[in-house]
Amino acid sequence: MTTLSLPLVPSPLLESDAVLDVVVQAGDGFLGRVPAGGSFRIVDLHGNQAADTLFYDAADVTHRYSAVDTIREQGSVYLTAGSTLLSQQLEPLVTVTADTCGRHDTLGGACAQESNVVRYGMHTRHQHACRETFLRYGAAAGIGARELAPNVNFFMNVPLTPDGGLSFADGLSAPGRYVEVRAERDVLVLISNCPQLNNPCNGWDPTPVRLLGWWA
Amino acid sequence: MIPAHDVPAGAHWSLALRAGRVLRLTALDDGAVCSTLLFAHRDPVDRLNVPDTLKAQMSARITPPMVLMSDRGAALASVTGSSLDWHDCLTGHSLDRHLDRHAAVSGPSSYATDRNDWRRSARAGLLSELRKHGRGPADLHACVNLFAKVAIGPDGGLTFVPDHAHAGDWVTLRAEQDLLLVLSTAPHPLDPAWAPGAVRAEVEAGAPYGPDDPSVTFRPESARALANAAAVLA
Repeated sequence: MTTLSLPLVPSPLLESDAVLDVVVQAGDGFLGRVPAGGSFRIVDLHGNQAADTLFYDAADVTHRYSAVDTIREQGSVYLTAGSTLLSQQLEPLVTVTADTCGRHDTLGGACAQESNVVRYGMHTRHQHACRETFLRYGAAAGIGARELAPNVNFFMNVPLTPDGGLSFADGLSAPGRYVEVRAERDVLVLISNCPQLNNPCNGWDPTPVRLLGWWA
Repeated sequence: MIPAHDVPAGAHWSLALRAGRVLRLTALDDGAVCSTLLFAHRDPVDRLNVPDTLKAQMSARITPPMVLMSDRGAALASVTGSSLDWHDCLTGHSLDRHLDRHAAVSGPSSYATDRNDWRRSARAGLLSELRKHGRGPADLHACVNLFAKVAIGPDGGLTFVPDHAHAGDWVTLRAEQDLLLVLSTAPHPLDPAWAPGAVRAEVEAGAPYGPDDPSVTFRPESARALANAAAVLA
């Protein structure tokens, strides 16, 4: 998959200037606020780690990221540098300003205990899953099941084909690659660092990601 | 059961559908679209999950005999048949902002000037219909655009396919649990033209099905979602 020609756009921001610098362990989550104009970076520390991410208007969690509205308005199913992630009211939430991975999925959704049962069988019913993490970390902001929606899977490779096929493929990412967004309004970022063990979305080995933020 | 109901072009409607029954939707005009939201009728939050439906069945479109799956991993409906092999589920429904292009071409539209041909977005209609059921914006989710096709290019580009559905094209949805369906017949948001079509809805009795049902045998994932639907109320 590394034969794909994808736009790689590095960021000028320096790690030493960051006001946020945390590591999210494999299978853990994060909820944070990024003020309008602030920059937020997710670093795939070890490579091929899916960072399942949702964005919300910080003033109203029912005003949330919409994958279908975003891909329709940009005319392409993948997110990459220059993509503006829209709310379901078509308001810009964040714009991808830097990306050293190349492209990211927003149609594969998040793993859940319930969808694991569908995909892999009842023995996976009690495995850790992203939807659990979203609900656990989202609760502090009033984000419940009705506020969840199809998310972004940063660093995940879900190729779609002209004949209508969809698959989960080995990642395009590698250790140290990152994606950075600029907040277009005050936003909440909700992340599940995906614990999935049953498919290649995490290279069969979930690993930590690093979060960096720059704002006044 | 209900008598056949014709949903006019550019209108919105909802239907509670009993488990086991089959909803047959038929395009009455060329270019009809039916942007459809699906909910578990007896559950305050469970609803269609398009990403889970697609990844479990390795598809980027809706086509028979796929199973439409919920957040809880339960089948909501099986697509038991269709004259079309592609129903879009990637590109959402129209918002008021999409009406601007039609206003630029055809002038503004209002009830005062156009009466019931007033151009309204799918979003306005779906929200109106959702509110009748005590629901609202938080219940919006990625819909299925029955009768619409948006082609996917090799690089992931999206292109609306005009002339996909014609009068007489049809799709059947078998309810796998009691459902609430909320739908709009406003044009697809990527359609440059304002040419909405009407859709006929008919409810058929349905018949019990066994392990040889095409939706059961389609994939193990489809079968497990159907089994989960049967176990929604233990």
